[in-house]
Amino acid sequence: MDFEPKEEQRQLADALRRWIERDYGFAARRDIIHSPAGESPEAWRMLVELGLTALPVPEAQGGFGGGAADMFFVMQELGRGLVAEPYFATVLGARVLQLAGGQEELLERVAAGEVKLACALGEAQSRHDLADIAAKVSGPVDAAAVSGVKTVVEGGGQADMLIVSARSHGGQRDRDGISLLLVDAGTSGLVIRDGRAIDGRRCAGVTFDHAPATLLGDPGTAWPVLEAATDWGAALLCAEAVGAMDALFGATLDYLKTRRQFGVPIGSFQALQHRMADMFIHLEQARSMAMLAAAKADSGDAEERRRVVSAARVRVGEAARFVGQQAVQLHGGMGITDELPAAHWFKRLTAIGLTLGDVDHHLRRFAGQPGFRVA
Amino acid sequence: MDLNYSPEDDAFRQQVRDFLAANLPPDLRRKVRGHLRLGKDDYVRWHRIVAAQGWAAPGWPVEYGGTGWNAVQRHIWDEECALAGAPPILPFGVNMVAPVIMAFGSAAQKAHFLPRILHCDDWWCQGYSEPGAGSDLASLATTAVRDGGHYVVNGQKTWTTLAQHADMIFCLVRTDPAARKQDGISFLLIDMKSPGITVRPIVMLDEEHEVNEVFFDNVRVPVENLVGKENQGWTYAKFLLGHERTGIAAVGRSKRELRFLKALALRQQLGGRPLLDDPVFAAKIAQVEIELMALEVTVLRTIAQEDRAPGPQASLLKIKGTEVQQALAELMVEAAGPAALPFDSALLEGRHGIAHDSADEMQAAPLAAYYFNYRKTSIYGGSNEIQKNIIARMILGL
Ligand SMILES: Cc1cc2nc3c(=O)[nH]c(=O)nc-3n(C[C@H](O)[C@H](O)[C@H](O)COP(=O)(O)OP(=O)(O)OC[C@H]3O[C@@H](n4cnc5c(N)ncnc54)[C@H](O)[C@@H]3O)c2cc1C
Repeated sequence: MDFEPKEEQRQLADALRRWIERDYGFAARRDIIHSPAGESPEAWRMLVELGLTALPVPEAQGGFGGGAADMFFVMQELGRGLVAEPYFATVLGARVLQLAGGQEELLERVAAGEVKLACALGEAQSRHDLADIAAKVSGPVDAAAVSGVKTVVEGGGQADMLIVSARSHGGQRDRDGISLLLVDAGTSGLVIRDGRAIDGRRCAGVTFDHAPATLLGDPGTAWPVLEAATDWGAALLCAEAVGAMDALFGATLDYLKTRRQFGVPIGSFQALQHRMADMFIHLEQARSMAMLAAAKADSGDAEERRRVVSAARVRVGEAARFVGQQAVQLHGGMGITDELPAAHWFKRLTAIGLTLGDVDHHLRRFAGQPGFRVA
Repeated sequence: MDLNYSPEDDAFRQQVRDFLAANLPPDLRRKVRGHLRLGKDDYVRWHRIVAAQGWAAPGWPVEYGGTGWNAVQRHIWDEECALAGAPPILPFGVNMVAPVIMAFGSAAQKAHFLPRILHCDDWWCQGYSEPGAGSDLASLATTAVRDGGHYVVNGQKTWTTLAQHADMIFCLVRTDPAARKQDGISFLLIDMKSPGITVRPIVMLDEEHEVNEVFFDNVRVPVENLVGKENQGWTYAKFLLGHERTGIAAVGRSKRELRFLKALALRQQLGGRPLLDDPVFAAKIAQVEIELMALEVTVLRTIAQEDRAPGPQASLLKIKGTEVQQALAELMVEAAGPAALPFDSALLEGRHGIAHDSADEMQAAPLAAYYFNYRKTSIYGGSNEIQKNIIARMILGL
């Protein structure tokens, strides 16, 4: 077993970290997330140049054919650096395209950084259940259209193409009858309401009204692809959360060593030492599970994948909550200021906890796997 | 032992309810219940409505404009106001500086300031904390040097809540740098319009402008504005800290938030059924509800001993009160799910920004900001760690 990054993985992570330190520091990021566009073309160009958009794309489409384990080290750095560009939305979309098949040309353009994607999967009533879909597919296979309202679409206002889940047949929460479709963001029948999310990223509400769409795969059969792709994405979010927690933990530890009250560094108070020790234990347990999830997220064994990804989301989610809240608390008044990076890692961790399934959702799914009942 | 309210208490509660039903403006109620931000006008408007009724300072002696209510009645008043969704009467004037002025201030200070506090003619803020003096308040460094009929004040206060609106600030300042650190401190009332004062906003993590830095550069304060004796300020500060001991538990507000949470969890769906029907989520709400019940009874037990000197019991109420508040805020975000992700500052400020498709979206939009904002409650007013130190030392004798 080897938990260390391979040489290429390390080099890529180092290059990414150097760029973030040089060009995507806290002040630069603040300007970007408060700008009207909410994203930076230069930052995107750099992510492309570093090869990040090509990383998860198969070699046949001009990518590097990287797996979730390769993505682990990238996502960790993006979490550490709080990079708010719509990268995750794009690679999650690329994962859908790859698993669904038939969009090789588009994947090539994604790898080249020419196209941004977003996944419009959630609806107002669905919360964390991505099979709860009211949006509908209409029209024949070669001239499909989609209608419905999708909420909280990360990067929805920045994307060139949207991947939409909609129902071809079946009841609202059936897994049978779900289709995935590709919609051009510039097409008719589409209204996108772009806004800022609580973590500084962009998210949109998107209304589809007979929007022309291309079916990905056979109508009504998309659930396994949707589930596998979002599990892969959920594993990536675990890696990002670990990067953010790692940085937040480090910043808090530094603060405990430098902030003085009652004539001593506050880190000399045993109550705070034990709190830090608990944060450390949370972080290490989370790191282990995030690694395991990355190792299994591409797995062909769907039950094993579900089990491990859900376990990781639970463990990482609990750690993120504890580490995030305590980091704010230990910073005292400083912890509640927007000018301190700590607050932003906390906000990003909170947002990750609400994306692609919260702790309870994954606890339920973990306990619901057939293998769970084998005594 | 009889843990029921008396018929007189019930009648009093009804009287309070009738007043609130008739006088609480619906727009204020909507803002408070919907977790939207309150502006200066909102606070002042409500304070003056209550003052017109003669109820703005229930805890004061009647001679100064208090109500003469007993502790149970004051508790009922607080609870009903919070349940109805009334804005809080800010504590800085009524509950903080006023008791100090009453106990230690000059006749002139009482005559001038107390009626103005009662009717919200002055907006007060609290100038205690400094960059180097937070939990360790006694190490504050802002100086006041006597120069004829004035003190000349230099230094910096921080985390000053709503100082951007303030007319007056009550400050702890160092008047004797040579003395032991608790001994050289004085309690000064300073006009915020004095030359040499600069207020700089601090933006909080939910992007609200709620706290400030306040800088003093050779600010001249008339000696008449010294409260009590020079160098005795620490005694007055401690008196103040122990004064308002039951309100900080905010039981009424948490009851209102619990209702909101349940209503939210009833509307949110899980697998086609209300989220509140989910045993896992229901158990989490139940746990907070039970904690809140225990807190309420503990508050009532504390009230029942009102004639005893205020004590470290307040620390218990502060810790538990804030834990319950924070747990409720967290569960609201959980119940809202992804709908809590969009950040809509226009909506938070009561303007219509992004078009929300439904009332549910409007209701979910402020929740994450509310959750972030409420991380403050375990930090301010003496952090929860400091409260535990107080319990360990003063109650447990450790
Ligand atoms: C929203 C908000 C509003 C505020 N409003 C006002 C106001 O209007 N006026 C005013 O004067 N002040 C105000 N404050 C300041 C508040 O009282 C201080 O933030 C608080 O006392 C903590 O001080 P600090 O921020 O310097 O944290 P620090 O004292 O630096 O504490 C940092 C951490 O160390 C812990 N710690 C410190 N000492 C010990 C110890 N001995 N044992 C164990 N743990 C310890 C703390 O609990 C905290 O977790 C406000 C603060 C906030 C957040």
